[in-house]
Amino acid sequence: MSGVNASKDAGRSHLTVNIGSLRMKNPVTVASGTFGFGPEYAPYLDLNRLGAIVVKGITLLPRAGNTTPRLVETPAGVLNSIGLQNPGVERFITEALPFLADYDLPVIVNIAGDTAQDYARLAEKLSRTAGVAALEVNISCPNIKKGGLQFGSDPASAAEVTRLVKESTHLPVIIKLSPNVTSIVAVAEKVAAAGADALSLINTLLGMAIDIRARRPVLGNILGGLSGPAVKPVALRAVWQVRQAVPLPIIGMGGITSAADAIEFLLAGATAVAVGSANFVNPLATMEVLAGIESYLNENGFNNIREISGLAHNNI
Amino acid sequence: MSFLLDAEITKQEMIGPGHYRLNLLAPDIAAAARPGQFLQVRCGSTLDPFLRRPISINAVDRENGEVALFYRVAGRGTALLTQKAQGEPVSLLGPLGRGFSLPKSQARVAVVSGGIGIAPLYFLLLELAVFGVSADVFLGAATAGQLFFTKEIKGLGHRVEPATDDGSAGYHGLVTDLFAENMARSSEYAMIYGCGPGGMQRRLAEIIKEFGVSGELSLEERMGCGVGACLSCVCKTGSEGSIQYRRVCTEGPVFPAGEVVWA
Repeated sequence: MSGVNASKDAGRSHLTVNIGSLRMKNPVTVASGTFGFGPEYAPYLDLNRLGAIVVKGITLLPRAGNTTPRLVETPAGVLNSIGLQNPGVERFITEALPFLADYDLPVIVNIAGDTAQDYARLAEKLSRTAGVAALEVNISCPNIKKGGLQFGSDPASAAEVTRLVKESTHLPVIIKLSPNVTSIVAVAEKVAAAGADALSLINTLLGMAIDIRARRPVLGNILGGLSGPAVKPVALRAVWQVRQAVPLPIIGMGGITSAADAIEFLLAGATAVAVGSANFVNPLATMEVLAGIESYLNENGFNNIREISGLAHNNI
Repeated sequence: MSFLLDAEITKQEMIGPGHYRLNLLAPDIAAAARPGQFLQVRCGSTLDPFLRRPISINAVDRENGEVALFYRVAGRGTALLTQKAQGEPVSLLGPLGRGFSLPKSQARVAVVSGGIGIAPLYFLLLELAVFGVSADVFLGAATAGQLFFTKEIKGLGHRVEPATDDGSAGYHGLVTDLFAENMARSSEYAMIYGCGPGGMQRRLAEIIKEFGVSGELSLEERMGCGVGACLSCVCKTGSEGSIQYRRVCTEGPVFPAGEVVWA
């Protein structure tokens, strides 16, 4: 089955995009933390059809995650405070990664650390691991006490983590930025100068919900990260602004549920797009986005996906 | 095996205030479903409310390819679901999760239900009857009018002991108190199955431990994906020193009563 689909995709080179030295057969991937490690959604779609998979965030040591409740639905969105529950890099490599080896699918590993050195050690370890195509550096998780957003909210720290990771790996390094900053452009510029190969925009927006009957915050962690359709305009704005300032490929994400959403991100300057929370609602969202992008190209006379990346900037 | 499909509504009826039974034509799901499993149901068709709703499978009719859901209106999603009529399609994902384990012998079992907890337990009682296993069913509800499926359960050959918060039928008080009193007289059960609100399940787990019997509880937690990807719906399991979070949607929703840590 994988062979048939692989060859079918190979004929569609007009959909191929490059994220640094990472080649994706199409521009559609998934947002870290919304797609597990792959097997969770394999019953519902052919993973080979994705341009890449971005797995759940990995830390050096296993993490238990935050106390519950970890999730609450909000208007057209969802707040989460998972807290990076993961089996740690060793068990990720031995237990989760082998499943993906059977697929024709670049694996992008999302990494997170408490210290800048943690990121470097993760990068080093994963670079020596077969089956890892790129690293997405999570300096923007709002749900952990140390690390995460602490690096992403300060341009100098973000640059330092970027530099250390770049020194520790030959893999393409994608830095995932937070919208919870005064200027995402300032962070993007520093990260680019430090050698990042690409950017993922955006991580979740810090938010909260209160139970008015219990008169206390709903989430066990009190604060959480907002995702889903509610954040799309914010994410799109981030992609637009960063594209104007920084010449790096961007993986755009934040509230994409349809091909039309994805095309907005491409026109704003994204090279590829990631579907996040929408996977929960519609496990076939990535496939519908991909089909819709293809139709859009055909119907509007574009020969190549790369022709539309950033095109809206020409029309202002 | 789990499926993502649009199923046609064959019937939807209100069987009590705020309580609905929904029948859907979904032969693949009907064939694969086991008691204790659930479906992720798309209640609306727009982006708000956003998430699917996890709803227990209440019964299946494998011959006619139908699945029945029993749900209580708890918020915007379930309220939207009540608006759907016969002939309309509903997007379903499932069957999902690990259900109840069926007994290996025909020895008597106990089933303890609180409120909407009867939704998955009724499916279990149907299957138990097929295997020739009789159950003592401790059926708890707020009031007499919410003791759903009493007649049907009796018709399957099980014994029903009702309990109501307001004393309008059966035992006046908590179903767990009724069950504890019963256990003090006779605790000869091969298995205790339970489902209900958090406080009730916690008390049930204590009783199961106290009498040293086997038990399985079906838990409820806020759910994102329902397939194990998002790690939202976790519960604490294990024992002191080796506590871990496990996914209610994937490792559960049914857990051995002794494994759940009630923090």
